[in-house]
Amino acid sequence: MLNMNDILETITMIQEENLDIRTITMGISLLDCADSDAEKACEKIYKKIYSKAKDLVKTGDAIEKKYGIPIVNKRISVTPVSMLLAASGGDPLRYAKILDRAAKDVGVNFIGGYSALVHKGFSAGDLELIRSIPRALSETEFVCSCVNVGSTRSGINMDAVKLMGKVIKETSLLTKDRQCIGAAKLVVFCNAPEDNPFMAGAFHGPGEPDCIINIGVSGPGVVRAALAKMDDNEDLNAVSDAIKKTAFKITRMGQLVGAEASAALGVPFGIIDLSLAPTPAVGDSVAHILEEIGLEKCGCWGTTAALAMLNDAVKKGGVMASGNVGGLSGAFIPVTEDAGMISAAESGALCLEKLEAMTAVCSVGLDMVIIPGDTPEEVISAMIADEAAIGMINSKTTAVRVIPAIGSNEGDELDFGGLLGKGPVMKVNRYSPSKMINRGGRIPAPMQSLKN
Amino acid sequence: MKAVITVIGKDMVGILAKVSGTCAEKNANVLEVNQSVLQEYFAMVMLIDISALTCSLEQLKTDLDKNVKDMTIHVMHEDIFNSMHRI
Repeated sequence: MLNMNDILETITMIQEENLDIRTITMGISLLDCADSDAEKACEKIYKKIYSKAKDLVKTGDAIEKKYGIPIVNKRISVTPVSMLLAASGGDPLRYAKILDRAAKDVGVNFIGGYSALVHKGFSAGDLELIRSIPRALSETEFVCSCVNVGSTRSGINMDAVKLMGKVIKETSLLTKDRQCIGAAKLVVFCNAPEDNPFMAGAFHGPGEPDCIINIGVSGPGVVRAALAKMDDNEDLNAVSDAIKKTAFKITRMGQLVGAEASAALGVPFGIIDLSLAPTPAVGDSVAHILEEIGLEKCGCWGTTAALAMLNDAVKKGGVMASGNVGGLSGAFIPVTEDAGMISAAESGALCLEKLEAMTAVCSVGLDMVIIPGDTPEEVISAMIADEAAIGMINSKTTAVRVIPAIGSNEGDELDFGGLLGKGPVMKVNRYSPSKMINRGGRIPAPMQSLKN
Repeated sequence: MKAVITVIGKDMVGILAKVSGTCAEKNANVLEVNQSVLQEYFAMVMLIDISALTCSLEQLKTDLDKNVKDMTIHVMHEDIFNSMHRI
């Protein structure tokens, strides 16, 4: 029999604590759309995306109504476009435009996969695609892009790292009239997961099946509320346990929605990504969870330890709740998308160096960080290199999504609106890494033993 | 198949009657009702059988919103509670 308290708990979670399914992302392989004629390839891409995803938004809305649980985003991820470009050559922008049109026509709010995987080196199509990213992101509305520049097994492609510093800067420049929004849709990864449903880093890896449904669940507000109900004197074992239990419940809901969506669309169910993904809404913040654990302000000493525990407990609870956990699965710390992080950055409690330390123990990296517009390209490349090194050595995913605020300086603010939020321009260490960055080449793959 | 209706808001005459009336109209069988009034706030959880429902769950919610004004009403399939709170 259903228990009254359980029912009310679920409703409170949805109503008061911002529990939601963050995204249903349909992964679509475009490998069978490759053609030596780019025109034909684009035609096939549009047809395939449209036929697979035309009911995605409708199905998501129906499930939302049936269970009374908000499903915030419906999205599509596709095979890295560089692979199609390899077959056809020609202007990469054509692919960006067709993806944009397909996304618009099926009604999703983002399409990811304008991507290249270059962790060991560039193959046909990769360089052309990467160089076209600034224009692609400024001339389309829905397309997201990511580039994988390193992995634990292959090391870091420093030529790609150097190039991406320039690409990020250019992307920002081309969208400077729109709060530099282009750079917010561009992620540079190390160890990128092939089944991540979260934007802007989603793409459909070459090892994935033809078409698949991946779910991203969220619920920082629920975790914070669960901790707020605890006695301040309870020890950290109890805190970790409370987080685990909450993560379990959230993930079960994602599992239910995923199974339902997969059955309704006739597409196999891939994974649940049980990430704590904050939004700028009050009470939906990962930083506030850390503060609830017992920090005065996110960014103070102790933040890394609290975050490590939070991240691990979320995984433990989630793994128990679903047999198909994947993607990024952890706590996200995007600065502009999290009310607590914005406030910590504004007050000076949180600096970039502390953020970097935090990325060593959670997903994903320096995410949605606004830096001064005049930050040199080499410094951006060096940020990417540092993050990639953390990911490579620790066998985890790390990423950089920084937004150079063209024309703005430290202390100014950018406001993207919506889920992307707003935030202050953060202080960047200006000493130059350019000699190292300009060396190029590759940082060799690390040892997998003698771990100290 | 079952669904849960919850109604929360300021107490007034006829809430239960209107909710159960709407359910009857759509052929939903009421299985269990749990209601209380705390200070002047009304809270009710109703379990209904929707196997023979003559409309969609969404339509039932729309009708409830129309017939029972100024109350917060949720209509949710029971599976969400079962999956979240049972191993």
